[in-house]
Amino acid sequence: MNVEELAAVKEFETVYIADKEAEIRDGYCGDLLSDVMANAPASSVLMTIQAHKNTIAVASLVGITALVICNGRSIAPDMLEAAQEEEISLFTTDLTHFEAAAKVLALL
Amino acid sequence: MQEIPINTVTSANVVLELIYRLKIKDVMTTNLITATKETTLREIQQIMRQEKITGLPIVMGKRLIGLVSMDDIIQALDKGYIEEKAQDHMSRNLIILEDDMPISFAINYFDRYRYHRFPVLNKDKELVGMITNRDITATLLIEINREVEELERRTRRVEGGILSNELFTYYIMKNDFENAGHASTEIKKRLKSASIAPQIVRRAAIASYELEMNMVVHSDGGQLIAEYSSDRLTITARDSGPGIEDVEAALEAGYSTASEWIRSLGFGAGMGLPNVQSVADDFTISSSPEGTTVEVSINLGAKEEQNE
Repeated sequence: MNVEELAAVKEFETVYIADKEAEIRDGYCGDLLSDVMANAPASSVLMTIQAHKNTIAVASLVGITALVICNGRSIAPDMLEAAQEEEISLFTTDLTHFEAAAKVLALL
Repeated sequence: MQEIPINTVTSANVVLELIYRLKIKDVMTTNLITATKETTLREIQQIMRQEKITGLPIVMGKRLIGLVSMDDIIQALDKGYIEEKAQDHMSRNLIILEDDMPISFAINYFDRYRYHRFPVLNKDKELVGMITNRDITATLLIEINREVEELERRTRRVEGGILSNELFTYYIMKNDFENAGHASTEIKKRLKSASIAPQIVRRAAIASYELEMNMVVHSDGGQLIAEYSSDRLTITARDSGPGIEDVEAALEAGYSTASEWIRSLGFGAGMGLPNVQSVADDFTISSSPEGTTVEVSINLGAKEEQNE
């Protein structure tokens, strides 16, 4: 799927779309950034509650396409700035990681 | 096309391509100043002086019927018929160019005929422009400049692709989560620009990020040094304390001394050094209260990548 299709999930709220055509081939759930760093696949969507700019740095380094911030957490303004700078799409949702992952899995 | 001043076999493609691609209509002056056959040579001389031109086409409507050049004017002054009309003294036997011809034709004509200007006709034989050597020089200069800029740009990209003994030092501050990841991002970009395989870039990114974060989280600050050679990246993280109490434990997955706050940010999971170790081709660590040094090497052309 691509970012546009991800954005169409009705429980996901779009914060920022870098490239709606960008491909998403996989997904990962994790809040431990070292674990995300080591295991999240490239061209994936990451479900996480880490709503701060270091998550963007990690996403950028491993080539994650989009983030879904789960559990209704709000995004720090500097995280959005970082996302725009690194061109990583950003969504929020009230769903848990598990529920969000189910939505993503259905689209892959 | 033999009389252009460069040969057409071994000359630079970009220049040859230019003189065939550029058409006379791309180069010629279309802002035409003309006279009619009724105009006197005296008037033509004045127009030439005012307009700073050395030749004037004589037209009937859009049809070219002759040309009065500076030579013709000098002759007229010399022989005393400057007050007479253009039709009696203009050159009628004209060599013309067509607007669709490549400028190589014009270069050739200037060389062959020793005229300073040629009238340019379109396919309906209407006068549409004049071409001088200056027009060709000016346009060629602009076009060659554009091409060379493009070549220089491409060359820079190629140079950027080769890694040859470069060393970058990044200064890492304690608790500087704001800039954390900067060094790793720079290293990743450098490797990408050198077209290193994505799997290897990812390993370098993981190693550098973990080492960078370790210094941000645990140390009093330090340096991250990235040293590139053509086939190897060496990352050295050197901090100024306080040292790792139990290095062996620190290398075990899950062992962490991070505070709750650090953990809440997603760091301090006890994965850092084990992650670094697992992506490195060579890994050494030494630590004392004066500081910790971790040196990591990654082969940039590693063959085992194909199995991953």
